[in-house]
Amino acid sequence: MKKLLVLMLAFILVAGSLAGCGDKNANEDGTKELNIGINYELTGPNASYGEASVQGIMMAFDEINDAGGIDGMKINPVEIDNKSDSAEATSVATRLMTQKNVVACLGPATTGNFQATIPEAIGNQIPIISASATGDEGVTTDKNGKVNEYVFRLCFNDSFQGVTMANFASNNLEAKKAVIIKDTSSDYAKGLAENFAKTFKSNGGEIVAEEGYVTKEKDFMAILTKVKSKDFDVIFLPGYYQEAGLVIKQARELGIDTPILGADGFDSPVLLELAGAKALNKVYFSNHYSSLDKDPLVQDFIAAYKEKYNTDPGAFQALGYDLGKFIADAIQRAGSTKPEEIKNALASTKDFAGVTGSFSMDKNHNPIKSIVVIELKDGVQATSVKVEPK
Amino acid sequence: MRILMKKNLLILLCLIVTFVIVQVLIMNGIITRFHEITIATICINIILAVSLNLVTGFTGQFSLGHAGFMSIGAYVCAIINSRMDSTLGFLIGILAGAVAAAIVGVIIGIPTLRLKGDYLAIATLGMAEIIRVIFLNLKITNGAAGFSGIPRYTNWMWLFIFTAGSIILINNFIRSSHGRACISIREDEIAAESMGINTTKYKVMAFTIGAFFAGIAGALFASYFYFIKPDAFGFLKSIDILVIVVLGGMGSITGSVIAATILAVLTTFLQEFTAVRMIIYAALLVLIMIFRPQGLMGTKEITDIFKFGKREERLNGRRNR
Repeated sequence: MKKLLVLMLAFILVAGSLAGCGDKNANEDGTKELNIGINYELTGPNASYGEASVQGIMMAFDEINDAGGIDGMKINPVEIDNKSDSAEATSVATRLMTQKNVVACLGPATTGNFQATIPEAIGNQIPIISASATGDEGVTTDKNGKVNEYVFRLCFNDSFQGVTMANFASNNLEAKKAVIIKDTSSDYAKGLAENFAKTFKSNGGEIVAEEGYVTKEKDFMAILTKVKSKDFDVIFLPGYYQEAGLVIKQARELGIDTPILGADGFDSPVLLELAGAKALNKVYFSNHYSSLDKDPLVQDFIAAYKEKYNTDPGAFQALGYDLGKFIADAIQRAGSTKPEEIKNALASTKDFAGVTGSFSMDKNHNPIKSIVVIELKDGVQATSVKVEPK
Repeated sequence: MRILMKKNLLILLCLIVTFVIVQVLIMNGIITRFHEITIATICINIILAVSLNLVTGFTGQFSLGHAGFMSIGAYVCAIINSRMDSTLGFLIGILAGAVAAAIVGVIIGIPTLRLKGDYLAIATLGMAEIIRVIFLNLKITNGAAGFSGIPRYTNWMWLFIFTAGSIILINNFIRSSHGRACISIREDEIAAESMGINTTKYKVMAFTIGAFFAGIAGALFASYFYFIKPDAFGFLKSIDILVIVVLGGMGSITGSVIAATILAVLTTFLQEFTAVRMIIYAALLVLIMIFRPQGLMGTKEITDIFKFGKREERLNGRRNR
């Protein structure tokens, strides 16, 4: 009896492992196509980020291919969904690198899923780049602070946003006392709050209160009533638009009319839907780019995007677009499709002009790029200030 | 006695042959790194499904908290293994993870296993959420950002040893007098109690053993996929495991093994069909449940198929209930 059980187990294991062998390699016939892996969250909880990024990437690739490709080679994007799941992201990265002959992999969009693909990039020696993994530690550097050779990103990290907003509060708004209301279940919010508090204090300011909520909460009246009794100049609200929109609305209803500061988590049309145009005054947030930017590069991108998708592009689309152009630029500069040489070209990037600002890569594979602080008036972007990195 | 010896030797031989065949294929590059991931997913899912089957399928206790035990094993192993970066550290991590999960299993099992049916399901669901929120807020687990940079020691050899070991141990448990006591609880708890079976004891025992093996699966998962975060062990993960058990047949180890394999291969195949993958996956589950409401295998094992009649009577009795 047991014998059969075991025989069957054996059969299943072998059959199961062979079942995946039927994969066809897309590019074995030597045609002049360049496979670039796209490992993004197309379904699952982070699908909105993934889809927006991929829209931007595809737009960039289409433009490049229409203009004749890179040295006559057409870019062939190989798009695979990772279900917003970190284990699946590892699996997709392995598939792209070992089965699909990609020269580089783009994505995933979120820091955690991106981290899950890092060992595969190092193991297979194929560069990976994320446009939106803003997490501070363990992304482009390992836990000993050594740079991960094959890992790049083209967005600033969370600590830079926290520092920028603290400086903005002290210098531009001349605030002395601040209240922090943060999402305690999100590492993004925690990192921002920490860096904001540190910089704000060293600028001579004071944090008079620090309150927390968790993702998916709907009623913030208890926190806000407590905050209202304090004396303060600004509120710093790191978190995502789902909760931030409601916090802003309820704060304004309670009569709190101090400026409210946030970060790139505010960048969504949903913020306006939740808070309402009337509440969105004196709201400032840092972002990767602003549609108000008069730079022709930005305006051309916005016009082209509108023509293609019939809506306004958000930060993720802009970052995705830059990512597509950036990898093409690196391959062009490398003059080769060897992953190793592409990696070297990526690392030695100087003054790449993108929609989200021009940047150079530092020694830790982080871009040195400007940040934009946007002011909302009646729910629409009224002014934007560019802050250059120090 | 001699027959028994011969049988055991045969089992061992089969295991070694299976192991060697796959190992050779891996070394020749016929099974690539990508296929290995599918194999790892299959093995981990088999351990999870078989251990949950012991609780839900054989003892009849509906648990929605299996991912919670898995996360304990994963985090304990990840923390130990990233401090002790060696095979020894990996094995200690697995053992510690499994034991930690089993201890939590006992602590949670004693109060909650007094509940029945839906109530137990909700209690176990709550337990898994509590574990998840604890990991979300602890400093050592790096909170919501997740634990990254876990060294990979899980390979085909360890996967095979732990998967085969789990199946054999759980199979032997079910065939022991303890296992039969568990099955009697599923069939009729009052009758079992009146026959002198300490139902609470056996329920906690099954729950603890289930948690122990879920801990092993979690540890293997953490060590194979480099990165874990609390969100990965949420409610949906528990449901995923339950789907494998129900699909394979509640009360059939063979069924769990087959279902775990089919679902993992299916997920891999559907990876490239982004738009329709979840629809196909879900539709397939619905179809199987319509045409095989008792699961692929019902309560049969592979061994029953070749020996009709012996358990048929009992099976029919169950169906007519």
